[in-house]
Amino acid sequence: MSSTLRLRKVLIANRGEIARRIIRACRRLGVASAAVYSDADEGAPHVRDADEAVAIGRAPARQSYLSIDAVLDAARRVGADAIHPGYGFLSENWRFAQACRDAGLTFVGPSPEAIRLMGDKIEARRLMAAAGVPVLPGSEGPVHDAAEAERVAAHVGYPVLLKAAGGGGGIGMARVDGVAGLATAYATARRRAEAAFGDPALYVERYAERARHVEVQVFGDGQGRVVHLHERECSLQRRHQKLVEESPAPGLPSRTKDGLTGAAVAGARAIGYANAGTMEFLVDAAGDFWFLEMNARLQVEHPVTEEVTGLDLVIAQLRVAAGEPLPWGQEEIAQEGAAIECRVYAEDPAKGFLPSPGTISALVLPEGEGIRVECGVAAGSVVSVHYDPLLLKLVARAGTRAEAIAGMEGALAACVVEGVKTTIPFLRRVMAHPDFRRGAVHTQMVEQGAFNA
Amino acid sequence: MPEDIKAHITGVVFQIVAHPGDRVDAGDPVIVLESMKMEIPVESPRPGAVKEIRVQEGQTVQEGDTVAVLE
Repeated sequence: MSSTLRLRKVLIANRGEIARRIIRACRRLGVASAAVYSDADEGAPHVRDADEAVAIGRAPARQSYLSIDAVLDAARRVGADAIHPGYGFLSENWRFAQACRDAGLTFVGPSPEAIRLMGDKIEARRLMAAAGVPVLPGSEGPVHDAAEAERVAAHVGYPVLLKAAGGGGGIGMARVDGVAGLATAYATARRRAEAAFGDPALYVERYAERARHVEVQVFGDGQGRVVHLHERECSLQRRHQKLVEESPAPGLPSRTKDGLTGAAVAGARAIGYANAGTMEFLVDAAGDFWFLEMNARLQVEHPVTEEVTGLDLVIAQLRVAAGEPLPWGQEEIAQEGAAIECRVYAEDPAKGFLPSPGTISALVLPEGEGIRVECGVAAGSVVSVHYDPLLLKLVARAGTRAEAIAGMEGALAACVVEGVKTTIPFLRRVMAHPDFRRGAVHTQMVEQGAFNA
Repeated sequence: MPEDIKAHITGVVFQIVAHPGDRVDAGDPVIVLESMKMEIPVESPRPGAVKEIRVQEGQTVQEGDTVAVLE
């Protein structure tokens, strides 16, 4: 692979495992890497890995990793010519992408315009419907009051979801089972949406019961060329945050798979999408599917796609951001074998996944054939209250799904994290569960207690 | 008899919901903690009147710290 990338130095505006993952990709391309860190992350693994590192502020994310000014200032200080935002933090903030562009820096991701369009969930729904992507029955735009929400709900049928126009990830979302609960849920969801996104606007969608969350990795060049890298099954979630992901999605009918990938490509092409993105869908028991939202960034679970395709998404992100054409044609992107990812969070699954901050007193990471570990912490690391609780990701790849599950069971058994509670015991129960083993999963399983001890 | 309401996790005080003199029921949130991007309410263990709030918004509390006192 040539290392004549137009970029010379990439600033990574993130922390933890994803910062380390991006630094690794930079190194493989022969590009210098610069890390940023808050007071809480001095000496963190991602800081040690990078070629250089800049302190950007205090521990609370708003005063460091979420500060556009602090990050841009760090980029200027180190002479970076590009910024990779990772996921979370500023990655889907169109103002940040615009500020990078205005400062003459290459933003490793989609255009500010695409981030803005996909961040407006009502606009995204409308654009996707116009591109022929199926969307759930619901309101055309924002509903103006509880009475209008009630009219839409009566039309599409209960249960319905009230969703925030201003942002995704399940925040400000409320399920309503009948007309009796609607007014209260509407008021609460509006308040939460206002607090989280500064925009109280809500829209209404039919709620799909026992559905699966299946998403498609797409990659565009911004000129209308878009390829997909197949699907990921991500149904096992708590609080709308994923715990286990895999590719391929087990038991997906080929008609559904073709429909999903076709819709994902058509949707991304319709907005002239550039770089890596993910189209999220719900799939019901009949194999019908609907667009949920588009994540205009690299996903946490991108490794399962890399493992089954043999392609490096972060290297491709850097190349395309540097102005190179898409590194692969659609016909070169094959999905072979099976890969599963388990997210090890500092949370206590026995207490409803309550956060478990603390100091990691001991850490043993598994290794072996087909096992990949993406880890953001080390023994002695302080797991702070200020950031996402993701500690590390375990990925198992094999020729078949059953072998990948066996590999993951071994990896989970060998993985030791002491000093904080983790999701490892929960993940071991998932791998052993008969429904998971036969691929019969849906998005409410975790909260319904299917994997409780 | 006064009773301490203790934080069940470590976090930063995100919001103070109840104020001295307020009547609360068992399970009502007294304060909301933010930890690892999650908002976690600290609830009253029983019905009663709030006597005292011992924390301020933005303050870090450790698991087991008293955050409020019931009459």
